Amino acid sequence: MSAIIDRRLNGKNKSAVNRQRFLRRYRQQIKDAVTDAVNGRSITEVDKGERINIPTKDVGEPIFHHGKGGRRESVHPGNDEFVAGDRVQRPPGGGAGKGGEASKDGEGEDDFVFQISREEFLEFFFDDLALPDLVKTQLARITEHKMVRAGYSSDGVPTNINVVRSLRGALARRIALRSPLERRLAEIEQAIDAPESGDAHDAKRADDVCALREEARKLRQRIAAVPWIDTFDLRYNNRIKQPKPTTQAVMFCLMDVSGSMDESRKDIAKRFFILLYLFLKRNYERIDVVFIRHHTIAKEVDENDFFHSRETGGTVVSSALELMYEIIRERYPTNQWNIYAAQASDGDNWDDDSPRCRELLANAIMPCLQYFAYVEIAANTHQSLWREYERVQSLYENFSMETIASAQDIYPVFRELFKKQAA
Amino acid sequence: MSRQPISEGSEWSFELIERYDREIARVAADFGLDTYPNQIEVISAEQMMDAYSSVGMPVGYHHWSYGKQFLGVEQRYKRGQMGLAYEIVINSNPCIAYLMEENTMMMQALVIAHACYGHNSFFKGNYLFQTWTNADAIIDYLLFARNYIAECEQRYGEEEVELVLDSCHALMNYGVDRYRRPSRLSAERERVRQREREAYLQLQVNELWRTIPIKDAAERERVEQRFPAEPQENLLYFIEKNAPLMEPWKREIVRIVRKLAQYFYPQRQTQVMNEGWATFWHYTLMNQLYDEGLVTDGFMIEFLQSHTNVVAQPPYNSRYYGGINPYALGFAMMSDIRRMCEEPTQEDIRWFPDVAGSDWIKTLHFAMRNFKDESFIAQYLSPKLMRELRLFSVLDDDANDMLEIAAIHDDDGYRRVRQALAEQYNLGNREPNIQVHKVDLRGDRSLTLHHTQHKRQPLGESSDEVLRHLARLWGFSVRLETTSEDGHVELTHECLA
Repeated sequence: MSAIIDRRLNGKNKSAVNRQRFLRRYRQQIKDAVTDAVNGRSITEVDKGERINIPTKDVGEPIFHHGKGGRRESVHPGNDEFVAGDRVQRPPGGGAGKGGEASKDGEGEDDFVFQISREEFLEFFFDDLALPDLVKTQLARITEHKMVRAGYSSDGVPTNINVVRSLRGALARRIALRSPLERRLAEIEQAIDAPESGDAHDAKRADDVCALREEARKLRQRIAAVPWIDTFDLRYNNRIKQPKPTTQAVMFCLMDVSGSMDESRKDIAKRFFILLYLFLKRNYERIDVVFIRHHTIAKEVDENDFFHSRETGGTVVSSALELMYEIIRERYPTNQWNIYAAQASDGDNWDDDSPRCRELLANAIMPCLQYFAYVEIAANTHQSLWREYERVQSLYENFSMETIASAQDIYPVFRELFKKQAA
Repeated sequence: MSRQPISEGSEWSFELIERYDREIARVAADFGLDTYPNQIEVISAEQMMDAYSSVGMPVGYHHWSYGKQFLGVEQRYKRGQMGLAYEIVINSNPCIAYLMEENTMMMQALVIAHACYGHNSFFKGNYLFQTWTNADAIIDYLLFARNYIAECEQRYGEEEVELVLDSCHALMNYGVDRYRRPSRLSAERERVRQREREAYLQLQVNELWRTIPIKDAAERERVEQRFPAEPQENLLYFIEKNAPLMEPWKREIVRIVRKLAQYFYPQRQTQVMNEGWATFWHYTLMNQLYDEGLVTDGFMIEFLQSHTNVVAQPPYNSRYYGGINPYALGFAMMSDIRRMCEEPTQEDIRWFPDVAGSDWIKTLHFAMRNFKDESFIAQYLSPKLMRELRLFSVLDDDANDMLEIAAIHDDDGYRRVRQALAEQYNLGNREPNIQVHKVDLRGDRSLTLHHTQHKRQPLGESSDEVLRHLARLWGFSVRLETTSEDGHVELTHECLA
C-alpha cells in the first residue's frame, strides 16, 4: 500500500537560499545589467522587476569534456536520403543536429537569462547610495516609542509579577523576621535542657522552666505567624517607554517646466526625480518630499501633479527658490530637519534672474541645507544660471552640479550625486 | 468487461489517487513488477521547481549552482518555453514520487504508473542501482551532508565552503569508482566515524611529508616507486585521501560530493533504459486498465496524446531535433523486445535466438536487471527497429573536409549503426579519460594527471579552469599530460601553485 501525502502546505521557497547565493555571487554582473536596463526604460517602468542577461560563459561551471575536433561517430534518426559512403558538407555551426552533441540543456543560448523581482531590482539599483551628511537628529517630534525593561518595581499589574524576584524577597523577609526569634528559642531550649545543678534550687528552677516553656511557646507562635509570602514581597517587571530617536529629513524637488524644456528634457528630468523619489522612499522610512514646479511662478504640487501635469510658460528660477525658502521657514526649522534639495533645469533663465538665484542660495538657502544637487539637462551651452551656480559651488562644499546630456547619463549622474561618502 | 470506470472527470482527489494507485499496483504485480513501497507526495508547481533545481534531491546542501538552476527553470517555465516534468522520482526506500497538483486525474494516474511502478521497479531491480546505491540510506545521508555543510559554513564561513564545493563540483564526474564496488552508505555510521576519520586522515598524508633520510639503497628504490602505484581514476577519492595540506573538514566535503556523484552515477548510465522501462510500463499498465474497463475512452485518448508527446522523435533534419530522445528509443526498444517474444519474424530468430519466442515478461525483466544503456543497446537493438527509426551513422573526422555517412539501416550497416549508438551511450567514451598518474613525492609535491585521448578528441576549453580547481584542492602544482593514440605523451595543461 502506498502512502499518499499532501505536501502542498510545506514551504515552497526551498530554493530561496540558493537563489540568494547565486545573486550574491554574480552581484557585479547583475548590477551592470540593472544599470543598462534603467537607461532604456520609460518613466512608469523604472521600478518594475527585470530580466537579467548574463553571458553563459560567466556563470558556467567548468568540467572536463571533449572539445571540438578528433574523430567522432554519431547516430541520428530519420534518414531520408543517405546511403553508406555518402559524403556531405559539414553543416555550419553544427546545424541540423549533426556534428557534435547539442549543448547541455539542448538549447544553444548565449546568455543565461532570469528574472529578478522589483525589490531585488531596486536593491541592486540603489546599492551603496546614501543621502550625504544626515546628521541632525531631532527629538521634539517623536512618534515612535520602544518598550524597554527597566528593572523591577513594587507595584504593577498581576500579569507582570516576577515570580523569582517575589519569592526571593519573601525568603529574605522570612529569614530576617524569624532568625532573632529562632535564636532566642534555641537559647531557651538549651536552658531548659541544662542538667540540674543542685536540690536547693529545685523549686525556683521549676518556676523558671515553667516560665521558659511559656516563652518558648509564644516564640513558636510568633515564628509560625511570619507569613510565607506577603504583598510586601511582590515584585513586578517594570517596563518603560523609551523614545526612539529618528532622523528627520526633507527633500525638495525643484523642476523647471518652462517652455524651453521640451518633452525629451522633461522626460529626463522626470526620470531623474523618479529615481530620487524611489531611492528616498526605499531607503528612508521617514522622509518628507516637497515637490515644486516652476515656470515664471512656482507652485508646490503633489507627487502625481509633479510627474504628470503639463503646464508651461516662461522661466524664472528664483521663484522656485523663494518658494522653497518660504516653506523651509514655515515648516522645516533647520535645527530639527535635515534638508536636501535637488533641482533640474535646462539652464535657461531670465538673465536678470540668475544673479538673484545666486544671492538667494548663497545668503539664505545654503546655510539651511545639508546638500544641494543641481542637474542641468541637455543644455547646448551653459548660460548665466550655470555660471552663477558655479560661484555658489565655490562657496559651499555641499553644493554640487552635474550635466545630463541624454537619458543614458541619468543613472551615472544620479550615482555621482548620491554615492556614499566616506564617513 | 462490464466494470465501472474508476472516475469520469478530469479532477483528481486524494481518494481517487488512492483507488487508481490500488488498481495500478494490482496490475503491476500481475506483470511481476517488484517495487519498493511508494510514498506519493502531492506538491505545487513552485515546489516542483524547487525539487527540479536540486537535481531531485529532497534535501540538499546550499550552493549557488542550485540557485542558478532554479532561476533557469523558473524563467523557462514562466515564459512557457518548457512544461515542468510531470513527476520526479527519487531512488530511495520508500520510493518518493512527486505529483504536481496542476495535473489532471489522468496525468496523476500516468505518473503513478510511470514513476511509482516503472522507475521504482527499475531502481529496485537494475544491477547498477543495486551495486552502487543504497536506497535505504540515501535520505539520511543527504540530511547528514546538509547538516555537516551548514555546520562548516558556520565555522569557516560561507565563502570558504563555497570555494571547496565549487572545486569539488568541477571534478564531480571524476568522483566515481567505475569498477570497484563501493562501501554502503549509512548516515548513522558516517556520523560516528566522521570524527575519527578526520584525525586518522591527517596522519595518513604524512607519507607525503616524510623527510627522514633513507640510508638503504634498496629501500630508496622501493620508496621511489611511483606514487600512487597504480593510476587512480577517482580523482576526488585520491584528493580526499592524499591531498597533503587539506583541512579535515574539507576532506569530509570532498567525500560528500564524491558520495553524491556515486549515487547519481547509475542514473547517468541508464537514461535510455530507465525512461524506456518506465514509459513501457505506464503504457502497458494503462492499456491493461482500459482493457479491464476501469478507465474511460476519454481518459485513454488524453493518455495517448500525452504518451505520444513523450515518445516523439523528430528526424535529424527537423528544427525540433535535439538528439535522440531517450524516452522514444527506450520505449521503442522495450516494446520491440516484447514483440520479438510474442511475434518473432525469421529475422528476429536469426538475430536474437534467445529472445525470439521466449516469455516476454521474463525476458524484459532480465534485460532490465542486467544491463546499462551501452550494453542494452548493443544487445537488443534489432534491425527492424533500426529500419523503423531510420537510423544512420555519421562519421565526423577533422582530418577530412566532409562528413561521411558511415552506415545506414541496411544489411551491411546494422552492426555498425548499433555499435556506434551503443558507443554514444558509453560514459567512458563520452567523458575524457583522465587519471591520476603520479605525485612528485621527493620534489615539489606536484600532481600529474594523464589524459588518454579517445579518437584524437582534445579536451574542451574549460579544462584549464578545472585544473585550477584541482590545484586549489590539492594545494600544489597540478599538471595534465595527454597521451595521444600513438602513445605520444605531451604536457597540455599546467596550473602552478
